[in-house]
Amino acid sequence: MSAVAIDQVVPRARFNWTRSLGRLAIYTGLLLWTIVFLFPLYWTVTTSIKPKEAVIQGPKYIPWVDFQPNNAGWFPLLFERGTQSAFIRHFQNTLAVSVLAAAFAVALGSIAAYGLSRFQYRYGPYNNTQIRNFFLSQLILPPAAAALPILLLFINLGLKDTREGLILMYTVMNLPIVIWIMFDQFNAIPAELDQAAKVDGATEWGAFLRIVLPIAAPGLVAAYILTVVFCWNEYFIALVLSSTDAVTLPFMIAGQVTSQGVRWWNMAALTCAAIAPLLIIGILLERYIVKGLTAGSVK
Amino acid sequence: MVAPVRGQSQWRPVVRFIAWAMTFVVIAAVLAQALITMGLIELGFSSWRSVAIIIVLWFIVVDVAVYVTGGLKGQRLLFLLPALQITVSLIIFPTLFGLVVAFTQWDLGGVSGPVFNGLDNFKRMTTDEFFWNALGNNFKYVLVAVPLQYIIAFSVALLLNQGIKGQKFFRVAFLVPFMISPVAVGWMVGRSILDANRGVVPKVLEGLGLDGVSFFDQRIPAFLGIVAMDSWVAIPFMMVLLLAGLQALPTEVFEAAQIDGASSWQRFWDITFPLMLPVSVTAIVLRVIFEFKLVDIVRVVTAGGPGGATDTLSLYIYREGIESTNVGYATAMAMVFLIVVVVSVTLLLAFSARRVRDVVY
Repeated sequence: MSAVAIDQVVPRARFNWTRSLGRLAIYTGLLLWTIVFLFPLYWTVTTSIKPKEAVIQGPKYIPWVDFQPNNAGWFPLLFERGTQSAFIRHFQNTLAVSVLAAAFAVALGSIAAYGLSRFQYRYGPYNNTQIRNFFLSQLILPPAAAALPILLLFINLGLKDTREGLILMYTVMNLPIVIWIMFDQFNAIPAELDQAAKVDGATEWGAFLRIVLPIAAPGLVAAYILTVVFCWNEYFIALVLSSTDAVTLPFMIAGQVTSQGVRWWNMAALTCAAIAPLLIIGILLERYIVKGLTAGSVK
Repeated sequence: MVAPVRGQSQWRPVVRFIAWAMTFVVIAAVLAQALITMGLIELGFSSWRSVAIIIVLWFIVVDVAVYVTGGLKGQRLLFLLPALQITVSLIIFPTLFGLVVAFTQWDLGGVSGPVFNGLDNFKRMTTDEFFWNALGNNFKYVLVAVPLQYIIAFSVALLLNQGIKGQKFFRVAFLVPFMISPVAVGWMVGRSILDANRGVVPKVLEGLGLDGVSFFDQRIPAFLGIVAMDSWVAIPFMMVLLLAGLQALPTEVFEAAQIDGASSWQRFWDITFPLMLPVSVTAIVLRVIFEFKLVDIVRVVTAGGPGGATDTLSLYIYREGIESTNVGYATAMAMVFLIVVVVSVTLLLAFSARRVRDVVY
């Protein structure tokens, strides 16, 4: 259902002048908010090409007008071996952990969501609603509350500071979100399709894998992308569990914040490089992200 | 055509046997490792790693057994099992383990292991001003930031719902903050745009007559600075939810109201807002849940200062447990934190469910 402006419902002629003024106000409001939401990004990009004076003398805004850009900010990242390899290592860790953890979370979460959507479970006092609430309530758990016991556990299991450890943690931390999204998605797919498949001889798993899953593909993509975003930007658990090997991009940025001091041009370049992948995904796949975020809340 | 019988009868007893055998192996392994850890027997195996591997194998065997021998019910159970298994191992079990650790004095950097100390940790908590300060701040953040984010998100959603051109551009633009790691935002905004000497906002404030504003040296500006950055990241999420809710509203009600001569203000408060209540409640509850977890931005920008003005309990737990390696006390605080959050969210859910019911029905 598309957005219908309230004013369009009533004949135009009477409200022409007020409507134009109203439209102007709306555009102004939206433009102001666009500046608020995009300015930090703009600032970071321009700061990465600023020379030292342009940073120290106070805020400069427009390249080539307020200051002459140079490549001091990007130089270490692009040409210095040490900085470059450190960045690549952090990037690879983040990429591997996010891609894999999201895949596991979506796999485990969507089959659980399918089960909760289609079947009536009853184990002692526990039925579907309670099982679903069990999973969703994990969302309430603050990472800090579980982080220390998990650290102790992982130290003993040799999983501290490993990619595997992070992947396991991110998988379980993102299950609630995946189940939330996919439960909604599966509910929207009529159960008659499953029934038809079973009449033709398919098993529960057969109907799921061959009939329902392909239809639910957009929802799976949305859940996957959203999970990747959460894993990519996650900091606290990465901070607690990692030290030197399984270090991620947020870990790197946080670590650099105090050591770079006023070398904003370097910090800005690093930040740009770290956030660029998700920004590109956000711009290209905005539709899926919105689909994932609005699952379950809007009927 | 008849559905093929799952699990030929000759395999079932075999699988069942393996599953039961595996269960005994797991129990034996856990007991053996426990005895080793307590120093009662000598068998090598100093870490619980082998037990963990045995447990994972057991999970897999159980999954297969349930599918092969469980019939229809087993096949259906298999959908839930892996998610349950991983959640129990990595969330439920550690939390229970944490409940035990909370009653110990355990210095992770020291030589001795955990020492049971009864209620000492909790007694210390009652007089620990850092604890109460951090917990209070958590509630302050929720009470200040969430309403602010809600109002702004709703306003922006209303603007976007007016059917203007360029919707796609604005929606993508407004989603940008959501895609950026809070840690990066901490630097981008906290350490540069809000910087006292070289940043944008203090300069602008200077132009408006407010000299020498140093955000993170003073208590209230620091708190507001953190709220601003957290809101910057959080508003897109709420806005997306509220916009979807607005777009799903039925137009007939608005048409009728317009014909009846209702003003825009009346239309909003008497129609839009009540109809949006379920979506609003969902958005607010989710934001409250995430607001309690606030820690990334604080750690990067202020590390809890100045004087603990921006400190959150998550950050204090981290400082105490990891930096001071005082794992026992930190875990005790973590358990209390968990209970406080669960109770708060439950109360919020109960309260809002009743409100929604009263208004909508």
